[in-house]
This record gives sequence, structure tokens and C-alpha cells, in this order.
Amino acid sequence: MAIITYREALNQALREEMRRDPRVFLMGEEVGLYQGAYKVSQGLLEEFGSKRVIDTPISEAGFTGVGIGAAMVGLRPIVEMMTFNFALVAIDQIVNQAAKILYMSGGQYNVPMVIRGPGGPAHQLAAQHSQSMESYFYHVPGLKIVRPGTPKDAKGLLKSAIRDDDPVIFIESELLYGTKGEVPDGDYTIPLGVGEIKREGRDVTIVAYSTMLLLALQTAEELEKEGISVEVVDPRTLRPLDTELIMESVKKTNRAIVMESGAGFAGIGSGIGAIISEQAFDYLDAPVERVTGANAPTPYARNLERAKIPSKERLVAAVKKVLS
Amino acid sequence: MQKLERKELVDLLRQMLLMRRFEEKCAEMYAMGKIGGFLHLYIGQEAVATGAISVLRPDDSVIASYREHGHALAKGCDPGKIMAELFGRADGLCKGKGGSMHLFDKTRHFLGGHAIVAGQIPIGTGAAFASQYEGKDQVTLCFFGDAAVNQGVFHEALNLAALWHLPIVYICENNRYGMGTAVERATPVKDLYQRAEAYGIPGEAVDGMDVLAVRECVGAAVERARRERIPSFIEAKTYRFRGHSMADPGTYRTKEEVEREKQRDPIVLFRNHLTAEAVIKESDWKALEKEVRTAVEEAVRYADASPEPPLDWLLTDVYVSER
Ligand SMILES: Cc1ncc(C[n+]2csc(CCOP(=O)(O)OP(=O)(O)O)c2C)c(N)n1
Ligand SMILES: [Mg+2]
Repeated sequence: MAIITYREALNQALREEMRRDPRVFLMGEEVGLYQGAYKVSQGLLEEFGSKRVIDTPISEAGFTGVGIGAAMVGLRPIVEMMTFNFALVAIDQIVNQAAKILYMSGGQYNVPMVIRGPGGPAHQLAAQHSQSMESYFYHVPGLKIVRPGTPKDAKGLLKSAIRDDDPVIFIESELLYGTKGEVPDGDYTIPLGVGEIKREGRDVTIVAYSTMLLLALQTAEELEKEGISVEVVDPRTLRPLDTELIMESVKKTNRAIVMESGAGFAGIGSGIGAIISEQAFDYLDAPVERVTGANAPTPYARNLERAKIPSKERLVAAVKKVLS
Repeated sequence: MQKLERKELVDLLRQMLLMRRFEEKCAEMYAMGKIGGFLHLYIGQEAVATGAISVLRPDDSVIASYREHGHALAKGCDPGKIMAELFGRADGLCKGKGGSMHLFDKTRHFLGGHAIVAGQIPIGTGAAFASQYEGKDQVTLCFFGDAAVNQGVFHEALNLAALWHLPIVYICENNRYGMGTAVERATPVKDLYQRAEAYGIPGEAVDGMDVLAVRECVGAAVERARRERIPSFIEAKTYRFRGHSMADPGTYRTKEEVEREKQRDPIVLFRNHLTAEAVIKESDWKALEKEVRTAVEEAVRYADASPEPPLDWLLTDVYVSER
């Protein structure tokens, strides 16, 4: 086990997969010469050359489409979005093309590609650069959505995503790139669709991923001192979703909170909350709570931004509410 | 174009100097943590917004990218309110909700700073559409960077503007880099103005370091747009002296290149020109410096004095009906 950053973990996954399979290539803005806007692709141009680490113009719709076409005929593209906000420029390619080609072609053409990059709120980047995009893609049949919260998960899941035969939306986080954690040595993968209990507890289940996972774990530790035992379930992949793991936990604790940093309305919490209500209603001692971002775009001002994103205080209040 | 009066010439110099000193102050405020998020400075490119916007009427519209402090100042937005916005304060142009990349000022027909590359191009086109639709003669200036021309909406918008004869002037500020990518690494046809030909509209390159040249070129295009409803595409060749944003390592260009380009500082060039033409004396320059510095200090004071936005503003302005 080595302790490395989330950024290094992603870099290792890219490097190892590119070494393993010559069909894998990386394409996006500033991924090569600049070494990645967030340095995730550091050193890759040097090792693999400009044939496989491809700098593009600012043309998200164009190069995403190129990735889809290349994937249809046998390559394994990894398309980097400098941030996921810009994936909206390419959303037609992702939703109308990548997600549906397998289906429309009656199973003839699959699209084995990964679209990856950071997403979610960062520091005062304002409305167009601070959005949690997972719920946009979560809705779309044909896409898989990965939202890793730790270096170990980031590496293992990215490797699986690259080997996966379907289009995978892999959303990292600006705020997590510098975080550190233990990562197993050697080649390992974490299957898509398998969650993990990140902390065991008895009284309440918190479902949280990405940056919200860290907040949930911190909060759980503090609540422990008050004698409240919190279980934190990290789905890691939002689609396919490890509902079994979530249900097991909820059946044990009888209380559930779902977190997300994006706006709550029709969000991930709505989806997971509904599944819990459908599948574990008889086990619930309280309605499922959602702790989500406010239903507003992300403001620039520091104090408003803080109020927009879920906080420890709001999570504690939700825990107390479901326990009362 | 008519020969300019002394006052007009000095106004151009003052405008550029205000942009420069204002943004040098921004860099300082960013280092102090008073400004957060992304901060993109316009330093080096001042002649473009200054020359171009100087030909507009107050009711003409301007729209720009996230590198828009200069355009906002040139359009007459209050420096104190801009600084307050950068500080994320209640008295900012946008109540602190927008920040550096999203300055808007309806009273000045300033349609905003937009942070999705090329996102503003169709929107500016829409403003021109509205002017035509309502039978008005307002013109829109739509500013964007060299990298924006590689986005799909650039093509779509220019095609529409040409097809519908919209009163708009597209001004591409070619500062030779989109972040770390040099223009020639992003598009094979380096002379971006040539793209105009594909839409059958006038395309022209201008020295973006020469405020009078920009003024003249954009002035003619604005007249064409206003009187004949002919859209134009102007490529202003310029250079940014600072990094892409405050976080830029700058490894993609050499120090020598930056130093060489700084020899063509648009403010120095224009000051020298006005001095050579005996329009200004050393004492006039000193007075301008003083005036501008005072304005910038005043802007900082205004921003510092403004409170943080109240927390309940988080949920206002999401819908008009809940404003
Ligand atoms: C759609 C989209 N993709 C990527 C980015 C990230 N980004 C912001 S500015 C920029 C470079 C733009 O360069 P250019 O258009 O030349 O304008 P300049 O910054 O030089 O003024 C990039 C890649 C973005 N904001 N929007
Ligand atoms: Mg540029």
C-alpha cells in the first residue's frame, strides 16, 4: 500500500491502462503539452507521445463526437472535459449519440469510451463553473456514472471504466485532487456498480459520494462523540447503483439520509430516496432525509457559496431529525 | 473617420490607463484573498476594448467573455461596483453573485461576462436580432478570444447573423493563446479574420495594440452594421501580458516572447504617440496617472465598505416571480 493523492491515483490508472492496451488514448483540452489543466495527465505526453495524448482545440461537441466514432469502430477513447461544466457543450453528443447508439443499432455498435474530468462545486468559481453534473447524466439510460471519493476508488474505478464496453461518465472533483489515501500496489480494479461501507454504524445510514463523502465521514466522527453511531455508505457508482448495499444498511439502521452537493430538486437524492422508500419502506423509522445543495445556481460571494453547499451543521440537523 | 479632438484622445488614454491600474490592483487584491475564484486579467489588450467601445452610443450593447473587466469599464460601468463584485459584496454590479467572470450591467447595456468559451457569441447575436426586430438602430459588439472560433456556436451564430443581416460586429481578440494552446496548435488557418469569407461578411485584421487603428476599424464596421445591417468579423491581433488566469504556470511561452511583446504595450505606444504629436505633456500624463490611481483607490474603498450579501439572497433571483 502506498499513500498517494487522488490526482496521482488517476494518473496511474491512465498510465497503466494506456500501457496495457494500445487502443486506449486520451484526448481533450490541455491534456498534453500543458500536462492537464489540473495535472491529472502529467507526464503522459512524454511517455505515450502525441498520437495517444491528444491536445484539442476548444471544441467539446466536436472531440466528444470524434471519441464516439472512434469507439464505435474499435478504439477506447478517454475524453477529458477540462471541467464537467463544459460537457454541456457536448451534451447532444453524449445523450443523443453515445448513450443510444448501442440501443438504436440493435446491439451492433457499442461505445466503449470514458468521459472524465472534475465536477461539482470548487472555490468561488461561480455559477457556470460550479455545478454538480451527475444528475444530468444519471437520468440517461445507456450511460454509466462514476463518482469516486477516495484515491483508491478513483484508481480502481477508472481502470474499470476504461475496460468497460459502455460509455462511462467519470466525474472527479477539483477539491479532491489534492487529497491523499492508501492505494493498493499493482494492478487492481473496482467493479462499476459496487458500493462500499466507508464507516460502520448502527443508528442512521448516510449515503454520500465524492466531496460529500468526506463531509459525511467527518460529521460521523463528531457525532460518535455524542453517542450517535452513523453508517456511511458510498455508492461510488451512481449508475449502475448498488441498491442492495444501500438497502442492507438501511434495513440495519432504519434511518436514511442521502447527500449531494448539487441542487436537490429532481437530483440524485430524489432518485436514491425514492428507491429506499420503495424497497425498504417497512424498515424505515423516519422519512428519508435529503441534504443537498440549495435550489439555486452557485453564487460567487464566499458566504453565499458556503450557504449553497451542504454543511456539517445541516447534516447534523438532518441526523437529529431522523433520530428524533 | 473624423480627426479626434484633444479631449477624445486623452479620454482614450485615460480609459486604457484606468483598465491597467484597476487590474493591477485586482491582482494585488487577489493575492490578499479579497478576490477569489478565477481572475483573468486583460492587461496588454486594453486598446481593443477601449478603441472598439469608444465608437459606440450608450444604448449599443456589448457582450464579452470572462476576461471582461476592461470591457465593463469602457462601457461605463462603475469601477467601485465592479470591484465590489470582485470582492463578492452586496453592492457589486451583480450583488456579489456573479464575480469576476460574470459582470453584467443592464443600465449600460453590458450583457455580461460569460465563462463558457464562445457561449456569448450566439447571445450577442440575439441582442442584434432584437435590435433589428424592433426596428431600432442599436448595434452589438460581441467580444471573444481566439480559441472561441473553434466552438460550434461560433459558426452557427455567424451564419445566422450573415443570413439575417444582423447589426453586430464580432471582435475576436487574438492574443495568440487559448490558455496554454497557441493559435496554430488549435486551428490550421492562422489568420482568423479569413473565416468571415465563409459567411460572406466583411472580415478584417487590425493591430490590437493600436487604439486608434482599432477605433477606426471598428468604427467603420459599426457604421456598416447600423446603416446597412452588414455584420462584420474583426480580428484584433493582441497579446496578454499576464497568465491566462492567476493560476497559470506560463510554461507554454518563453519569457523572451513575453518581453518582446511587452515592447508593444498599447498604453506606452499611445502615450508616446500623443507626446510626439504634442497632444500631451509629461505633466498631463502625471495628472492622468494621479486621477486614475485615485479612482482605483476609491473603487477599493467602496468595495471594502460594502457588506457581504445577506444570506437570503442565495435563493433570490432564481425566478423573476420569486424576486
Ligand atoms: C466550453 C469551455 N471549454 C473550456 C473552458 C476552459 N477555458 C476557459 S478560458 C479557456 C481559453 C480560452 O481562450 P481564448 O478564447 O483565446 O480567450 P482568452 O482567454 O485568450 O481571452 C479555456 C480552455 C471553458 N471556460 N469553456
Ligand atoms: Mg486567446
